[in-house]
Amino acid sequence: MTDLLDARLVVDRGTFRLDVHLRIAAGEVLALLGPNGAGKTTAMRALAGLEPLTAGHVRLGERELDRPDARVWTPTERRPIGVVFQDYLLFPHLSALDNVAFGPRRHGVDKRKARAEAADWLARVGLAEFAKRKPRQLSGGQAQRVALARALATHPELLLLDEPLAALDARTRLDTRVELQRHLAEHPGATLLVTHDPLDALVLADRLVVIEHGAVVQEGDAAAVTARPRTDYVARLVGLNLYRGHAADGGVRVADGLTLAVTDRVSGEAFVAFRPSAVAIFSERPEGSPRNVWQATVAGVQRHGDNLRVGLQGPIEAAADITPPAAAELGLTAGQRVWAAVKATETNAYPA
Amino acid sequence: MRARWISIVLAAVTAASLTACGSDSANTANTAPTAGSTSGSGVSGPITVFAAASLTESFTQIGKDFEAANPGTTVTFSFAGSSALATQINQGAPADVFASAAPANMKTVTDAGNADGTPQNFAKNQLVIAVPKGNPKNITSLSGLAQPGVKVALCAPQVPCGAAAQKALQAANVQVTPVTQEQDVKAALSKVTLGEVDAALVYRTDAKAAANDVDAVEFPESASAVNEYPIVVLKNAPNQAGAQAFVNYVLSPAAEQVLTNAGFQKP
Amino acid sequence: MRRRRAPLALIVPALLGLLFLILPLVGLLYRTPWTTLPSRLTEPGILTALRLSLLTATVATLGCLVLGVPLAWLLARVSFPGRRLVRALVTVPLVLPPVVGGVALLLVFGRRGLIGEWLDSTFGITLPFTTAGVIVAEAFVAMPFLIIAVEGALRGADARYEEAAATLGAGRWTTFTRVTLPLVAPGVAAGAVLCWARALGEFGATITFAGNFPGKTQTMPLAVYLALETDLQAAIVLSLLLLFVSVVILASLRDKWISSA
Repeated sequence: MTDLLDARLVVDRGTFRLDVHLRIAAGEVLALLGPNGAGKTTAMRALAGLEPLTAGHVRLGERELDRPDARVWTPTERRPIGVVFQDYLLFPHLSALDNVAFGPRRHGVDKRKARAEAADWLARVGLAEFAKRKPRQLSGGQAQRVALARALATHPELLLLDEPLAALDARTRLDTRVELQRHLAEHPGATLLVTHDPLDALVLADRLVVIEHGAVVQEGDAAAVTARPRTDYVARLVGLNLYRGHAADGGVRVADGLTLAVTDRVSGEAFVAFRPSAVAIFSERPEGSPRNVWQATVAGVQRHGDNLRVGLQGPIEAAADITPPAAAELGLTAGQRVWAAVKATETNAYPA
Repeated sequence: MRARWISIVLAAVTAASLTACGSDSANTANTAPTAGSTSGSGVSGPITVFAAASLTESFTQIGKDFEAANPGTTVTFSFAGSSALATQINQGAPADVFASAAPANMKTVTDAGNADGTPQNFAKNQLVIAVPKGNPKNITSLSGLAQPGVKVALCAPQVPCGAAAQKALQAANVQVTPVTQEQDVKAALSKVTLGEVDAALVYRTDAKAAANDVDAVEFPESASAVNEYPIVVLKNAPNQAGAQAFVNYVLSPAAEQVLTNAGFQKP
Repeated sequence: MRRRRAPLALIVPALLGLLFLILPLVGLLYRTPWTTLPSRLTEPGILTALRLSLLTATVATLGCLVLGVPLAWLLARVSFPGRRLVRALVTVPLVLPPVVGGVALLLVFGRRGLIGEWLDSTFGITLPFTTAGVIVAEAFVAMPFLIIAVEGALRGADARYEEAAATLGAGRWTTFTRVTLPLVAPGVAAGAVLCWARALGEFGATITFAGNFPGKTQTMPLAVYLALETDLQAAIVLSLLLLFVSVVILASLRDKWISSA
């Protein structure tokens, strides 16, 4: 499969430098994940031509859109790229219908036809009866769908979504995410989804690229990334405890005086990951069974779904999920000394 | 009380700046202590004079001469259009003397009962045709103003120089359509100095003051539109004695000489 | 819920400020010769001056819109060297005494002026003492009000809407007309109103640059000034008329904007 989009984005802004290589096939949805300030939005803006490249290139299909060293530059309005902005940026003075018709009109479609197309798009996102409303009369979820319809109405080869669900409340987000998934599946072009929400990425994207400090730290499909995080950020994102250390003889030395026994065969520099629910907490040192055991201090306790998440400090920082009855039995308070244990079979070790 | 203070300060500042401008002529003019009837009469203190704008140059000089002849007095002027000054006086402005460029404005003050005694004419002024230096359109009489292609500025009929201009044009039986009717004589004159018009009807004194930029063309009909300048002591004058002394001085031969030098005629 | 009382430290100066602004108006109304008002209003010169005032102020405002809105856009959206200086220069007519502004206009557009001489010799156009001259003088004095208002609105408007328009295929001109202008329309309207009001009341630059001739260059403020020379009551009547007409026009426009918004 040849890539529809092939872009190496280098943006140098003195203290910050973005340098990432992105490839997206036709029909593929790529999620660009990263913490705040990692360069996600800059990358998206560079693709859209809203931010000049320092170096690199943007190729879309057969067309070279941007290549500073060859003095190739295509202004935003002539790039076959649609954008759904984080806060949608629906034109407040235009109705929902005219917002969606705006793109086709600019691409030379006559007024009547553009409005017909726009009505069609609004119907597709389930907003046919809201055509005459002004953006301020729409709910967040409706505005998001209008923004999507507006971006798709120009039939872009590349669709860029900047945190498309971030502005919605949790309930609306759930519905809208499902809806968005359907439209992205129908979109024949390439899609880049910029998000910091791992769930959005996992549900909507075929492939993940994680960037930190302007550089790619990990990429792959959802299963690979979630199973084998390579940075603390990715580990937190997918909800795993992650440590790096030296592996030898069935164990990984993750801190002074603590070597975690693992079942995977690794050697040399390696990562060890395990789920918070795999961590058990005891008030006395547990006896017997082949466990990784270390002494820790309770840093804090928070609700986490139906369970409680306990923050542990010690030779390694770890999160442990325990049930409320277990917590009551332990009488957990901050500063309390406890024992933490993880079975070797619950760990996942892989080369760094 | 405070309002009075401020207006006096303002008048003093205005007078000071104007005096500075007029200091060239001060050196050449007659500054010898004169035989004015008020000389050594023992008046003192500040004297505030409201005088028509066309008197700016000559009254500044007369004020200096008066101060020299009457040590201890300070004369401050407020120069403005006669009608504006008359309005200010009738609204209670603290002035000692009013010198008007037209009897009509003086009349509004006397009618309001704000004059002390009868106004006396101390000078008269006549109109001339002010033309750019060298008289490029070769205008020699009032009828020259009616030629096609000659742009003329007159004063608006509401102000004294405009009323006088109408009278003179009527006497000459000449129809002139001006391009503009200016709000005062200095504005009309400036249109000539800036080259925007080819001629303007202005007072001889104004043309004389601007002799570097304009030539004055005399015309006989000006005799029928003579402007009389009356002066009077005001009823509410804070310095009654000083005011009377200044009026007397303006009527003296020494002041008459200064006025004549400026282009005024004897009343 | 208990209503919070406005602090006296604000209420007292606010009311004094209001009083200060409306007392002169009360003075005018108090001295208005109501009995002779109808006959004075029908005097021939008055309507001519009023019509000229409304015409010139409106044309001047339109001219200011055509030139001022793009200038405001340039100042708000394009960074270029010397922008701060240009921004300061734009406000010069605000601080320049209008009479000096009139003289300056004469020095440029007058018969002997830098451009005026060329205009006269090439096209036979002279601006001083013409109605066009009145419009030029009014536009010169009033344009900064429009520019400042529109630039403020542009800086306050979210420029990302313009980016959104670009991603939908709109070039800069289309973006400006279809997105930017509608977004800042209230600011443009406010600026135009200020500009119009300033042009309507313009006196110094007009009388200096365009002179004073009834029916041609004598606008209401000039007529008022000259009426003051001879007839205070006539001046009051003229002022009231100007005031009344401008208040009616501004109030009706305002209602229209509010109802359409």
